Amino acid sequence: MNWRSIWAIAQKDLKEARQNKAAWGPAVVVPLIFAVAMPILFIVLPQVIPVEDVQRELGDLDALMRNMPPAFQALFDGKSLEQTFVLYAAGFMLAPMFLIMPLMFSTVVGSDSFVGERERKTLEALLYAPTSDLELFLGKALAAILPAIGLSWITYAVYIVVVDAASYPLFGRIWFPLATWWPMMFWLTPALAVLGISATVLISSRVKTFMEAYQLSASLVVLVLALVIGQVSGVLFLGVGTVMIIGLFVWLADALLLYLSVKKFNRSSLIAKL
Amino acid sequence: MTNIVEVEGLERVFGANRAVDGMTFHVKPGEVFGLLGPNGAGKTTTVRLLNGILPPSGGSARVFGLDPASDGPRVRQKTGVLTETPALYERLSAYENLAFFATLAGVPEADLKPRVLEMLAFFGLQDRAKDKVETYSKGMKQRLALARALIHKPPLLFLDEPTSGLDPEAAQHVNALIADLGRQNGQTILLATHNLLEAQRLCDRVAVLNKGRILALGSLKELARKLWPVTWVDIRLFEGASAESASARIQALGGVRHVQAEKETLAVQVEAEEIIPQVVAALARENVPILKVIPRDYTLEDIYFALQAGEK
Repeated sequence: MNWRSIWAIAQKDLKEARQNKAAWGPAVVVPLIFAVAMPILFIVLPQVIPVEDVQRELGDLDALMRNMPPAFQALFDGKSLEQTFVLYAAGFMLAPMFLIMPLMFSTVVGSDSFVGERERKTLEALLYAPTSDLELFLGKALAAILPAIGLSWITYAVYIVVVDAASYPLFGRIWFPLATWWPMMFWLTPALAVLGISATVLISSRVKTFMEAYQLSASLVVLVLALVIGQVSGVLFLGVGTVMIIGLFVWLADALLLYLSVKKFNRSSLIAKL
Repeated sequence: MTNIVEVEGLERVFGANRAVDGMTFHVKPGEVFGLLGPNGAGKTTTVRLLNGILPPSGGSARVFGLDPASDGPRVRQKTGVLTETPALYERLSAYENLAFFATLAGVPEADLKPRVLEMLAFFGLQDRAKDKVETYSKGMKQRLALARALIHKPPLLFLDEPTSGLDPEAAQHVNALIADLGRQNGQTILLATHNLLEAQRLCDRVAVLNKGRILALGSLKELARKLWPVTWVDIRLFEGASAESASARIQALGGVRHVQAEKETLAVQVEAEEIIPQVVAALARENVPILKVIPRDYTLEDIYFALQAGEK
């Protein structure tokens, strides 16, 4: 395996993706919304709107919390109304939203790398390079996976700082991140980045343009939305154990999809689509 | 010397279409070998088969003794390919394009920068090295694509329609570069083209293709001989001399098949080019005032159309 070639392909693809506004635009805007705008909104909101409105909101929350596992309910013991609202919103409600990022980042760069290269008619020259099919695949996949994980982690880090800073006057201490967030960051996030790229490779063999590939593979976000709805409706709370189990299933799906993608990614089928 | 390319009964089928249909040929070291044929003749497919991009459906191919289908990366290490479209990364600079492909081809890190700069200078692109390729003219892009194919100094170069889509001036420039590579640097080149003039200027031997099959193979002279075993020579006499009376003096010469006389010109059909000096000597002995001797050369165009007509 020639890692120098693999890194060269990954770096080249990233350089190209950086010049595609449709690719890097969401990579800048979405983290800013998730990591800065939303936490500030949810933390500042209960401190500025009338207490009765918060109380009304918490009426709904009471119902949700009755469905929570006892370990989670304990976190809310002895908290004021405002603290309960902030703890629920920033610590639980927004959590699954962050899982959209690794998926979105890896599908957007992956679409540019796998389909964009064909769309821009540069693929043929690359196929004549003295690399193996697997090296070519790995270079392109890493170009999508590594920034997806890296950007997600940076967004998590910014979110942690923003939540703790904005809620410090309310709690008087640093309370975030909660235990659930660690497996989300280091177990589920990389799994979703890999899921995004392996799905993109499979989709890329059936579409002609970057946009088609991006839109189709971005539909994977539906999976994450199911988690968001589960969390908000109280059906599925993302505890440490739940995140570990979901992560395990995603990694198993990754293994299967990666196997299929590598099998499908070969020069003779790529050249046939030029 | 061992042949660089050995192809034996090579086949590639796409559904009902036999893109390459039992080709057999070889390419010798230092030779410029042409694959000449119309669109759809199987030229590009052959280039792909010889580089391990496509597996063959039948027959065998060896490039530097390696099987491209099973040893693709090692074959491509020794080949450079200029594709029909330049296929350059337009959002990157010329330097970045070349450095990327040099890295993939295994040019050592320490040699990378000097090698890229050397190539840019050779192809006259050093002043625009940092500009994005999207700002280049078509001719510049084609030169850069040629530089990319040669960045790892491959002993075998494939050129697929190297002047397609270029204006005459740019095409001439690219052809001059190819001629330099072939004649002065002894580069082995396999040129796939439908451009007869280009093939005639550049190639030592050509394989004339149609529908995936080789119709004829050889040098221009060999092909002409195969098609037209007899040859014509025009002999012009000084003004006032009689071609009619001169014709009688060579009618009976061995190897002369037919003589036509018109004003001051004799048109002589001979069995082989080697007969021409004997004809000239016979006329000189009889003091016939010869002004010019012009053997009628067949162009690749004549050969090509004769072969294609025969095929139909």
